[in-house]
Amino acid sequence: MKYADEFRDRDKAQALVREIEGLVAEMAVTPDKPIHIMEVCGGHTHSIFRYGLEGMLPKAIELIHGPGCPVCVLPMGRVDDCVAIAERPNVIFTTFGDAMRVPGSKKSLLQAKAEGADVRMVYSPMDALALARKHPDKDVVFFALGFETTMPSTAFTILEAEADGITNFSVFCNHITIVPTVKAILDSPEIQIDGFLGPGHVSMVIGTAPYDFIARHYRRPMVVAGFEPLDVLQSIWMVLKQLKEGRAEIENQYARIVPDGGNSPALKAVSQVYELREFFEWRGLGSIDHSGVRLREGYARFDAERRFAIPNVTIADPQSCQCGEVLKGVIKPWQCKVFGTACTPEVPLGALMVSSEGACAAHYQYGGARRQGSAA
Amino acid sequence: MCLGIPGRIVSIDDAGRKLATVDVSGVRRQVNISCIIDDDHPPAACIGDWVLVHVGFAMSRINEAQAAETLKILTELGEAQAEIEAMRKTGTR
Ligand code: SF4
Repeated sequence: MKYADEFRDRDKAQALVREIEGLVAEMAVTPDKPIHIMEVCGGHTHSIFRYGLEGMLPKAIELIHGPGCPVCVLPMGRVDDCVAIAERPNVIFTTFGDAMRVPGSKKSLLQAKAEGADVRMVYSPMDALALARKHPDKDVVFFALGFETTMPSTAFTILEAEADGITNFSVFCNHITIVPTVKAILDSPEIQIDGFLGPGHVSMVIGTAPYDFIARHYRRPMVVAGFEPLDVLQSIWMVLKQLKEGRAEIENQYARIVPDGGNSPALKAVSQVYELREFFEWRGLGSIDHSGVRLREGYARFDAERRFAIPNVTIADPQSCQCGEVLKGVIKPWQCKVFGTACTPEVPLGALMVSSEGACAAHYQYGGARRQGSAA
Repeated sequence: MCLGIPGRIVSIDDAGRKLATVDVSGVRRQVNISCIIDDDHPPAACIGDWVLVHVGFAMSRINEAQAAETLKILTELGEAQAEIEAMRKTGTR
């Protein structure tokens, strides 16, 4: 099978799986009342599907693939806003490649480009700033998205633009923040999560302290996890061990990358440049209080939202889309009515099919056939 | 986008602006090193460092063994190629 064969540390993985099975047996959980563990980060989702980790775990453990893929939670209205900015005369609209194909209500950025808009893929916000230097007669806009992992890079780029007195560069800020999102999930009556795998690279920036409320207030364990297969398995084991011992703590499995205090230069730039929005709209999850950031007043001239009139309307996802239910773990990707039929990676209907970190695309690519088969 | 890729800092291009060149599997590009420097580890000390690069920013120092392991995993995940391709296309110095 495509996903599991090249997986090298199979022995170590199998030893971990046996440990996990042992814990599950001692805890006397059964598949009809499984333990729900949510991985918050899209990188974990990708790893889990790529290596077939779900299939290695006892059936009494159910992994819920959380909202941690920034491309996947981008609402249609925001994509429409991007297209509206990109289609203005004199604009060069720059974006990470992942976001090009996310469907808007009428078109994606890729389609806008095909129709003549100047949309360019960049690898870094610094490349967008370089374009602004190169084309002083154009308005260069960078489509900033991502959680705390990419938030500092946009902030540093804005600070550099400011230092250099660059006037034709702005940012369409769609950065989102992880903590209010986890809180919204914990507060949602639909979703029952017993423990979390914490996002590795977000935590590299923010550290582990911001998660303390999860343990203290909600009494749920979280283990900040690396994205290699052994990291994921070990972190699942650590979550289970806490559950079994009745503990709820924030543990750091990924200490080789994640310092408990986070990255101070990055945090400093972030707090200098951004402030919390009152709320931000998520695809499938609706509006979540304080879950997004915008540029502070002092950086207004770099804010594309203030610079250009944008439509800024909320647009409901197509009726047949069940992305929200998948994001909340209420249904599995293959249970969506249009999975693999009207919605495929080639022609995505929902955003979860677009990025390789989206549960639907990952499932379609690596795990779909197998799980579908076993579920039928 | 969120996984990043390991690279090695080969030169400091502009210490004041915190710009350095990294080598990622043979592809060179300029990155910002603001997040990995402090008084104890100034730009000049960064040459030879292995770092995790996210969207053009060195976000964290890692050791060589971790770098190799991470690169191997990213290659298996199919992420490394896309990442290197994006670097090659847009910002090779
Ligand atoms: S199959 Fe498509 S429409 Fe259905 S949940 Fe997945 S991405 Fe959304």
